[in-house]
Amino acid sequence: MLTEALVLSAFLFAVGTFGFLVRRNAIIMFLCIELQLNAVNLSFVAFSRYLGIEGQLYVFFVMTVAAAEAAVGLAIIISIFRHFETVNVNNFNLLKW
Amino acid sequence: MANFFDFLLSADFLFYVFGGVAIGSAIALVTRKSPVASLLFMVATLASLAGVYVLFEAHFLAAIQIIVYAGAIMVLFLFVIMLLNLGHDYQKDLKGGAWAIVAFVVAGGLAGVLAQQFKGTEALPIYQNAQGPEVIDALLASQGAVGAIAHPLFSDYVVAFELTGILLLVAIVGALALAKRRV
Repeated sequence: MLTEALVLSAFLFAVGTFGFLVRRNAIIMFLCIELQLNAVNLSFVAFSRYLGIEGQLYVFFVMTVAAAEAAVGLAIIISIFRHFETVNVNNFNLLKW
Repeated sequence: MANFFDFLLSADFLFYVFGGVAIGSAIALVTRKSPVASLLFMVATLASLAGVYVLFEAHFLAAIQIIVYAGAIMVLFLFVIMLLNLGHDYQKDLKGGAWAIVAFVVAGGLAGVLAQQFKGTEALPIYQNAQGPEVIDALLASQGAVGAIAHPLFSDYVVAFELTGILLLVAIVGALALAKRRV
C-alpha cells in the first residue's frame, strides 16, 4: 500500500501545482497550495508506517505552519481586496515592470 | 457473501475508495468556477485523506485533519469568501491557451518524475533495516494513538513544539495588523 499512497501523493501534488499555475483567483491559488501541503503530509504518513512515528510528528508541524500561513495569507488577501476591489491576481501588477 | 463484505471493508479496497474520492475532488477543486464549490471540494479531499490516514494507523492525525483542517482552516477560507462576497463571482479565471498547456506539461512532468522515484520504493536499502509496521503497531497498542505522538513531541521535539507556539502567536499578531483598517 506504500507505493500506491506515494503515487496518490504525487498526483495530488501535481494537481495542486497545475491549479496554482492556471487559476487566477487568489483564494483558489491559496487552496491549491494547501492541497500541495496535504499531498506531502500523505507521503509523510505513508512513510511513518514503516520508518517510525516521527513522520506523524512532522505532519503535525506542517499542519500548524499551514494554519499560520492561512491566517496571514487571508489577511493579506483581505487588505489587497480593500485596495483593488478584486482578488484576481492579473490586476495586482504594482511590482511588474 | 461474507467474503464480499470482508473485501468491501479491507484496507486495500478502502484505500482505493478514499484515494479515488481524493483525486476526483482535487480535480474538481481546480476546475470549478465558483470559489465556494472549489472550497467544498477541498473539504471532500481533506476528509478522504483523513480516511487514508486511518488506514495507515495515524488515528490522531486523521482526527486533527478533520477538526483543524476541514473544520477550522477551511471555515476561515469560507468566511473570507463570504466577507469579500466572492460567491457569485463567476468570472472565468482559468488561464487559457498556451499557458494552460505549459502548466499541464509542468504538472504532468512533475507527477511523472515523482512517480518514477517511488517505483519499487519497498526494495530500497532503507526499508531493509526499517522497523516495519509491527513496531508501530506495538507502540500504538502500548501508548495509544495520542500517547504515541505526545511522548516524542514533549521530549525529543519539545523545542520545535515551543517554536510552533511562537509561530502561531506571530501569525495572530501579523494577521491582526494586516487586516486592521487603519494601521
